[in-house]
Amino acid sequence: MTGFADLEADLDALAGGQADPANAAAVLLSIGEQVLETWLDAHGKQPTADKKEGFRLLALHRQAAKGDPSFNACRETCRELVYYFNLISLDPTHDDAGKRVVMASMIARHLLLFISGKLQEAELGEFCCASKPLRAAGG
Amino acid sequence: MSDKKAKYQKVAYYPGCALEGTGHAYNRSTKAVGKELGLDLHEIKNWNCCGAMEVKNIDPKLQTYLSARNMQLAQDQGFDTVMAPCNGCYHNLKKAEYDLEHDDASKEVNGRLSAKAGHGSYEPGGVETIHALDWIKHTVGEDGIRDRVKNSLSGLKIANYYGCMYTRPRHIFPEKDQGPDTESTSEPHFMDDILEAAGAENVDFPLKTACCGGAHTLSDSDMSTKLVLNILQAAEASGADVIATECPTCHSGLEMHQVRAEKTLGVKTSVKIMYFTQLLGVAMGMKPKKVGVHENVSDSVPMLKEKGVL
Repeated sequence: MTGFADLEADLDALAGGQADPANAAAVLLSIGEQVLETWLDAHGKQPTADKKEGFRLLALHRQAAKGDPSFNACRETCRELVYYFNLISLDPTHDDAGKRVVMASMIARHLLLFISGKLQEAELGEFCCASKPLRAAGG
Repeated sequence: MSDKKAKYQKVAYYPGCALEGTGHAYNRSTKAVGKELGLDLHEIKNWNCCGAMEVKNIDPKLQTYLSARNMQLAQDQGFDTVMAPCNGCYHNLKKAEYDLEHDDASKEVNGRLSAKAGHGSYEPGGVETIHALDWIKHTVGEDGIRDRVKNSLSGLKIANYYGCMYTRPRHIFPEKDQGPDTESTSEPHFMDDILEAAGAENVDFPLKTACCGGAHTLSDSDMSTKLVLNILQAAEASGADVIATECPTCHSGLEMHQVRAEKTLGVKTSVKIMYFTQLLGVAMGMKPKKVGVHENVSDSVPMLKEKGVL
């Protein structure tokens, strides 16, 4: 599992909007999934492989929000990330594709910051690496 | 005249604690705009804190009682509608309404504390709690605003920021997501509608309901600063000149962490932050001072002049 610091570095690399749009969109969606996987792992849950509305990110969010209504504070952030993925993927040569990648990277960054804050609040992890239970287990 | 248009003409005003402190400009601008629009606003006498985040985190049922007492006071003072401009207050009153209807333990605690305090115990349905956005949207509406605009916001690009408490959790806002003319919990638009009617150009802003880190601001300021900085940068990347707010916690967080981001992270952003009531007031020809623009941390007047609004 990639640590949050590495994911943030990946976001920094995409923030300039110079990357290939289609590839960048896929990477950003994957970063979102990895962030939610970390949250689920920290809570001892096996991250689902299912998809919701065609996206694993949305299924992971639904899994994480079950029994934790406050987790819905990032629901729209996940949906916006999916929206931008579609926007970029459906027309990667669009004049605004670079700008859209920049915006999508900010959305993904917000998800990462929000979840890392919640991990800290729950005393389940640190901002820059994996969660406390994983470390305690020697992971 | 629609039911809501008539009903919301005269409301009980619940400013809440923040509007007497850091959010004073929101208090000032809400009252000034209401007066200019001919709406009847009566502050609840002897109101108390809604329980905010502090009480809620320690004892949610005590927070329910504190919020319920304000609704009981409004009802006792002859009102059927409470208008709360603060997202935190609005959220807590709506939550209390829901909990008293669905949770027997909350009802029992509210009844016991109300009896001990010597006042009536609030029963759900006694009043309707609305936000300042509902108030203006349903009474004056877009057409009414267009009729009153003297300084069009034309040329001003706005990122409308609603924060995370205005629409969540969805179950405490049963009136939302009910079709046309109702607010959306996934894509709120009332502020967009109001400011567009005042001439502004709303930009596509994907973080409009994202968390501002307000709850972390004292316990983990660095995280709040990072969250706010990301919101500010996203607004700038969207092309916005100004972020319009409708919550005092979000507003002060955006302003303070904008300064802090520059000091601690060395990242300067120039997007301005204004309450939607300030923007609306200026659009209706009110002096910036009348709507408390001078009380904001950042000075928006030069930007408004540059854009031809003033």
